[in-house]
Amino acid sequence: MPEPTSPSASSRPTVATAPASTTAPAVARTKTSPYPIEHFVADPDETPVRATDSVVSDVAPRSLWGEAWRSLRKQPLFLISSILILGVIFVALFPGIFTHEPPNENCLLANSDGGPTAGHPLGFTVQGCDILSRVVHGTRSSLTVGLFATLGVVLIGGLIGALAGFFGGWVDAILARVGDIFFALPLILGAIVVVQLPVFQQNRNVWTLVVILVAFGWPQIARITRAAVIEVRNADFVTAARSLGVSPLGALVKHVIPNALAPVIVIATISLGTFIVAESTLSFLGIGLPPDVMSWGNDIFSAKPSLRSNPMAIFWPGLALSITVLSFIMLGDALRDALDPKARKR
Amino acid sequence: MGNHQGGRRAARTAAGAPTPSGGPQPLLELRNLAITFATSNGDVPAVRNAHLTVMPGETVAIVGESGSGKSTTALAAIGLLPANGRVSDGSIIFDGEDITHASEKRIVELRGSSIGMVPQDPMSNLNPVWKIGFQVRETLRANGLPSGPSDVAKVLSEAGLPDAGSRANQYPHEFSGGMRQRALIAIGLSCRPRLLIADEPTSALDVTVQRQILDHLDTMTEELGTAVLLITHDLGLAAERAHKVIVMYKGQVVEAGPALELLTNPRHPYTQKLVASAPSIASRRIESAKKAGIETGDLLAPTASKKAALDRVIEVEDLTKVFKIRGSWGKSTDFTAVDRVSFSIARGTTTAVVGESGSGKSTVAKMVLGLEGATSGSIRFDGVDITTLGRKEMFDFRRRVQPIFQDPYGSLDPMYNIYRTIEEPLRVHGVGTAKSREKKVRQLLDQVALPSAMMQRFPNELSGGQRQRVAIARALALDPEVVICDEAVSALDVLVQAQILNLLADLQSELGLSYLFITHDLAVVRQIADSVAVMKKGRLVEQGTTDEVFDNPQTAYTQALLAAIPGAGLVLPPEVA
Repeated sequence: MPEPTSPSASSRPTVATAPASTTAPAVARTKTSPYPIEHFVADPDETPVRATDSVVSDVAPRSLWGEAWRSLRKQPLFLISSILILGVIFVALFPGIFTHEPPNENCLLANSDGGPTAGHPLGFTVQGCDILSRVVHGTRSSLTVGLFATLGVVLIGGLIGALAGFFGGWVDAILARVGDIFFALPLILGAIVVVQLPVFQQNRNVWTLVVILVAFGWPQIARITRAAVIEVRNADFVTAARSLGVSPLGALVKHVIPNALAPVIVIATISLGTFIVAESTLSFLGIGLPPDVMSWGNDIFSAKPSLRSNPMAIFWPGLALSITVLSFIMLGDALRDALDPKARKR
Repeated sequence: MGNHQGGRRAARTAAGAPTPSGGPQPLLELRNLAITFATSNGDVPAVRNAHLTVMPGETVAIVGESGSGKSTTALAAIGLLPANGRVSDGSIIFDGEDITHASEKRIVELRGSSIGMVPQDPMSNLNPVWKIGFQVRETLRANGLPSGPSDVAKVLSEAGLPDAGSRANQYPHEFSGGMRQRALIAIGLSCRPRLLIADEPTSALDVTVQRQILDHLDTMTEELGTAVLLITHDLGLAAERAHKVIVMYKGQVVEAGPALELLTNPRHPYTQKLVASAPSIASRRIESAKKAGIETGDLLAPTASKKAALDRVIEVEDLTKVFKIRGSWGKSTDFTAVDRVSFSIARGTTTAVVGESGSGKSTVAKMVLGLEGATSGSIRFDGVDITTLGRKEMFDFRRRVQPIFQDPYGSLDPMYNIYRTIEEPLRVHGVGTAKSREKKVRQLLDQVALPSAMMQRFPNELSGGQRQRVAIARALALDPEVVICDEAVSALDVLVQAQILNLLADLQSELGLSYLFITHDLAVVRQIADSVAVMKKGRLVEQGTTDEVFDNPQTAYTQALLAAIPGAGLVLPPEVA
């Protein structure tokens, strides 16, 4: 570095005291160093001073969801899980494309526990029914229960959680305690008890199962929503909206809920998988869907006695169940990464 | 460890004395330092070509806006760069030893014992689960110093904590912000380092506390002969506290020199801009100019003429707010946040409410906005008491009073694009058609000097200053008469801050707005306000015109506040800038 080239210590006191002749104290309160200090100036052309606060804005505008979609598109986890899920949905909608064999009608006891043959690539169940056909036709009920239970849980749990979180006070106290009571009951145990009620015993179908799962599943979503809403509720933009004249409910719907949605979606996706498992578990216990409804849980239940002689009869519905649940849980994980507020640039 | 201690002391005596080569050896020297961060978009240079020397016992301040690389430079010196950052060029020399690529072991040896650090945020830098004394003892022990209770108490009392022995047994949450920062300074200086890096040590604190802490830091480092590398965004503070000021801009050192020399004779265009707009410097300049009898019109932000002072748009009388603090078993205690406050705002002028955190100034703002009910007293807007308004009248009142908040990152809904954000008030109040609303939004963006191409963008794509402009545009959408600025510029960098203050002043003269300006920063008040009300612990302690309050403060509290403005001790020639 070059030696001092500019006015330094010697000229400073005069500069400091010059204007102080009227009333100001005579000595400036700056420090003086015992060492010489050079006055270094960088070449102004090297770092041109830009206009304050100019921003290069040539990238396309993007919202939170646009941002999330951009990062999701490149994630293998998301791609694999969504392809699997789309496949499962396709099978549920059009089972006829994958198998021409009716699942129930064409069962011959002669084929009981039979191995794979032409036209029956996965073999037969103990009743002599085609396994492939049963697995394919079972997709719809499992998926229906999962989807609608999740939908119900998000609507009811989300609503209760949002109200509790936004209004606080006694509303929160009551709703949160009710949620805690349901939370304390294990889903499966609660479902077992409720299913025994006469009303449910008489009409057991996909919808009664959905109702039961929603009744015991909502507190989890309610808790997540409540926490997310409480976090957003105190944001300045909500106060700003209120002072514009937006009503409390309007602020909740227009500003708070959209901003609190991300964690709810993540949890909902993951719990979709757990609801499918719950349906299978209840069916396996013989208290879920009635035996005449095609479902993976029922098939696993009915294949149980022949586990040793014909393990493939329990393997295939089990595999279908695992792949479906796994892909929903993977999707939830991918969404969690993409919607993580910490990963977003400010 | 013992050997190391001995070696260190020997080195210290050697450093002060002239070295054989002539002239003292710098304690810390950065030569051509370049720091690069590896990001997902490739390598990003954060600091380029940085030169810096700190002599033993000298205080050097690095000044710069956020993102200028000032903290990164200082962190590199102590080997604490984030994992994705690395020194890509140049060298760091501490006391004659090149530590640029020193081993982790050597750096750990230097930390604490030779280089201490006082971090920025006293709230998050103390571990909440350990007692203060334990955290001090940890540092002493890590550096092989005696760490008995009396040593800990000594270290704490040196940092100005009264009753240190019992304080050491308290947890961080029992300390106020200022006390925590003292504890952190105690930890930073406990091992008698020869260099102390203080990264914005007081920016989270109130001005009066800031002054005490900095004064104390000054005396302590002077006694111990510690050199200080002070990082700050406030040029006034830097000039007052440091021997030498280094200005950084966009990762480069643009100017360095003796503190006062830099203020009186800035040569780099950026430094010139900084000197021209730093509020603490500007307010000093106004004072100096007044004393020298120079017309200050061009120094003050243009405000509306004060002739209309008799038309009072807002009159606050005996305003009181009592909060109930919930205790155990349903018992509650009363806390008076605002205690019989009265003031008024003349139409077309700016009234500032000043106070430290907890003084109740923001509660006043909320009550004037009608977001918080008053316990007693009245707020008259154009002669109508708003505390008694019904729902419908309240809705209409909202059109006439609008807020601008402090945090430009929190006050815009991240899910709304700029167009929807600014349009929202129009839609809520059913103003105009979709087409006329769009025209209005364009006009508003134009008023706050943002291009209308900005409409489709989302807040996360904008800088802090731009967001604050959007917030101003939203506040102006309904053509309000009064705008309440709650610390509206305190989160912004100085240059941006000056720009926004000018914008507010321009809008005031253009639209005849009245401002209620809530702030803790008296320097800003000097620039923008016509009259000032000073609050302390919920009470109004002093009010008057800005000139009266600044020239002739009546209460000790106001005097202390004024004296605590960074750079208050500087005497600047009025012709500067």
